[in-house]
Amino acid sequence: MATAYEYDDATAAAANYDDQAGPQRQDLGYDPNFVPDSVKSFVVHLYRHIREKNVYEIHQMYETSFQTLSERLFKETPWPSVDAVAHYVDNDHVFCLLYREMWFRHLYARLSPTLKQRIDSWDNYCSLFQVVLHGVVNMQLPNQWLWDMVDEFVYQFQSFCQYRAKMKTKTEQEIALLRQHDQAWNVYGVLNFLQALVEKSMIIQILEQEKEGLEQFTYTDGYDYNGGSNVLKVLGYFSMVGLLRVHCLLGDYHTGLKCLLPIDISQQGVYTSVIGSHITTIYHYGFANLMLRRYVDAIREFNKILLYIYKTKQYHQKSPQYEQILKKNEQMYALLAICLSLCPQVKLVEETVNSQLREKYGEKMIRMQRYDDEAFAIYDELFSYACPKFITPSAPSFEEPLVNYNQDAYRLQLKLFLYEVKQQQLLSGVRTFLKVYSTISLAKLANYMEVDEPTLRTILMTYKHKTHAVDSEGKIISNADVDFYIDDDMIHVIESKPLKRYGDYFLRQIVKLEGVINDMDRIKLD
Amino acid sequence: MGRERDTQKMQQQVSFTVEQLVTVNPYNPDILPDLENYVNEQVSSETYSLDANLCLLRLYQFEPERLSTQIVARILVKALMAMPAPDFSLCLFLIPERVQMEEQFKTLIVLSHYLETGRFRQFWDEAAKSRHIVEAVPDALWLTRGQNAGFEQAIQSYAIHLLSLTYQKVPRSVLAEAINIEGLSLDKFLEQQMATCGWSIEKGHGKGQLIVLPSNEFNHPELKKNAADSVPLEHITRIFPILG
Repeated sequence: MATAYEYDDATAAAANYDDQAGPQRQDLGYDPNFVPDSVKSFVVHLYRHIREKNVYEIHQMYETSFQTLSERLFKETPWPSVDAVAHYVDNDHVFCLLYREMWFRHLYARLSPTLKQRIDSWDNYCSLFQVVLHGVVNMQLPNQWLWDMVDEFVYQFQSFCQYRAKMKTKTEQEIALLRQHDQAWNVYGVLNFLQALVEKSMIIQILEQEKEGLEQFTYTDGYDYNGGSNVLKVLGYFSMVGLLRVHCLLGDYHTGLKCLLPIDISQQGVYTSVIGSHITTIYHYGFANLMLRRYVDAIREFNKILLYIYKTKQYHQKSPQYEQILKKNEQMYALLAICLSLCPQVKLVEETVNSQLREKYGEKMIRMQRYDDEAFAIYDELFSYACPKFITPSAPSFEEPLVNYNQDAYRLQLKLFLYEVKQQQLLSGVRTFLKVYSTISLAKLANYMEVDEPTLRTILMTYKHKTHAVDSEGKIISNADVDFYIDDDMIHVIESKPLKRYGDYFLRQIVKLEGVINDMDRIKLD
Repeated sequence: MGRERDTQKMQQQVSFTVEQLVTVNPYNPDILPDLENYVNEQVSSETYSLDANLCLLRLYQFEPERLSTQIVARILVKALMAMPAPDFSLCLFLIPERVQMEEQFKTLIVLSHYLETGRFRQFWDEAAKSRHIVEAVPDALWLTRGQNAGFEQAIQSYAIHLLSLTYQKVPRSVLAEAINIEGLSLDKFLEQQMATCGWSIEKGHGKGQLIVLPSNEFNHPELKKNAADSVPLEHITRIFPILG
């Protein structure tokens, strides 16, 4: 069961390296002080572009050049140390922090960080964020980079919690280091940094004022065309997504969604300007709604994003995020399969998405709706595959015998999820019967379902309860595809009429007519 | 009398500050005692704040040595009272498994299970047996209602909500079982509901009274507002250039 829950760190095989001392492993021909010419050229140009606020060039170098050099020269070793390149860039403090951020990100992606490196990376983030929070940064950086910073920050936190929770294989040295640096990747620190970025950037107020036309943020994709800097504002913006993600990792879905509230996900926004941010936002939004039993909201959003990915993934084939995009795509299909099994509202799913879904999970969905033991096994499998990597945020007690507790958080969420699924076990049977009858007496239905009448009444009420979710404002929203009401002892099935969208129809025709008139105007008559 | 008003006012000031704390500075171990006091205050003043309670449960997650099972039990009872909202599950997501294995929490989970699956008879039976747990939430003792009146009322309110979703007309016996009121007390209750909530009573065929519940969009399909007909303003604004 737990085997489907993979430890997502790249090169899982290299995890053994954690036990050895750092320098030994990275000694495979790695000289931190050796700076190839291409790297020298890279940092010099990047530094210049940043000083000249040439966002386009920065983006090119960040997205393409960095990847190319990594692929060619640093496939299995880190980049040159920051000390070795500092003098090429006037020892600029901020540039060095940015360089180190990329340095660590590369390390995490290609190799396996040692404990010391994890701690150093934390220190670097602290310095970097503090510089940004003091408002002295005057750069314009591409949204992709700013998103990657927040994304990586949360990822390294999650990775650290997973690492720390595996106490069994820790050496004396490592335990001593952990005790000494108890501030590193401390959950309070992580959350407070994200919160500080949101607050100091005043991004919530900016978004509010934008609705009244008093601010321009989304319109300019977050960039500042008045000579200022976009860094704090955009980091603040992406930190809201970061907070959503951290809260999901903790199992606090309600607060996570609350953190995302200032961003209107029914519209385009800065969060859609970077595909990684778009996907992460919707993935966590959908997952949180699934756990809150707001299945329709989850289905709607998964449907939109899966369609979007289907149409646009070809454009991202060369990008370093491509693998991640594909992975999240698969996970969201799994989550969609779960949602639709619990709440069969197939009308909400677009044709293309639906056919993909049938292909990947058609069979499994049929079996899930049988609610037998096999069904629960499939729910378990899909949930474990698609869920976030939940964490235990507290530090271990170093006194107790050393055990691995990195799976505890995941096991709890899985258990509670399956518990919920179990409570919905009998609803599928009710649905089947309700689809066939327009009215049926309680006695008759009880007979068919092989239960007594009082039990049937409770089953019907359970159906009503589970299909009527409470939204964020406390209103009751019906998720039910098939509905009914009871008059004394008679069940009346409510037929769902297809919704006629008059409003949309008129809007479309108005625009069409305008188009025709414009075309006619263009025809010159002699 | 005066002293009561003072404490009430003080309580109002304190809760104002706690709500602010939860919004502005939630990731702060120092506010843990304030949040714990706030839970007790919610219990005694019959108020409720999901955000504050989730904030506290998170802090307990960050520092498990400071977890107070008594406080957690109170939070869970308050969450039960918030049904049909899924608050109880939301709280469980944040409580470590080994804590959930303790007797009082296992009982609370069973109670929640009964409510989630509409098994009101079993719920009231179990609640009666587990008074000592439910009494972890003592009600304002200076009011002269029955003990745990707040808790009972909240569950009855949920039961009525569920019945209103399901039934246009519900047999008296079903209602009685759901809200745990019988005989003369039930008659009195029905009179109250008829006067204030628009309930009415019919004669059921042979079996006794039939209670007619108020119409809403869930038990009367014709009342369902066709949401598809309403057009959001943002869509209209897109054609302003044409209309103008």
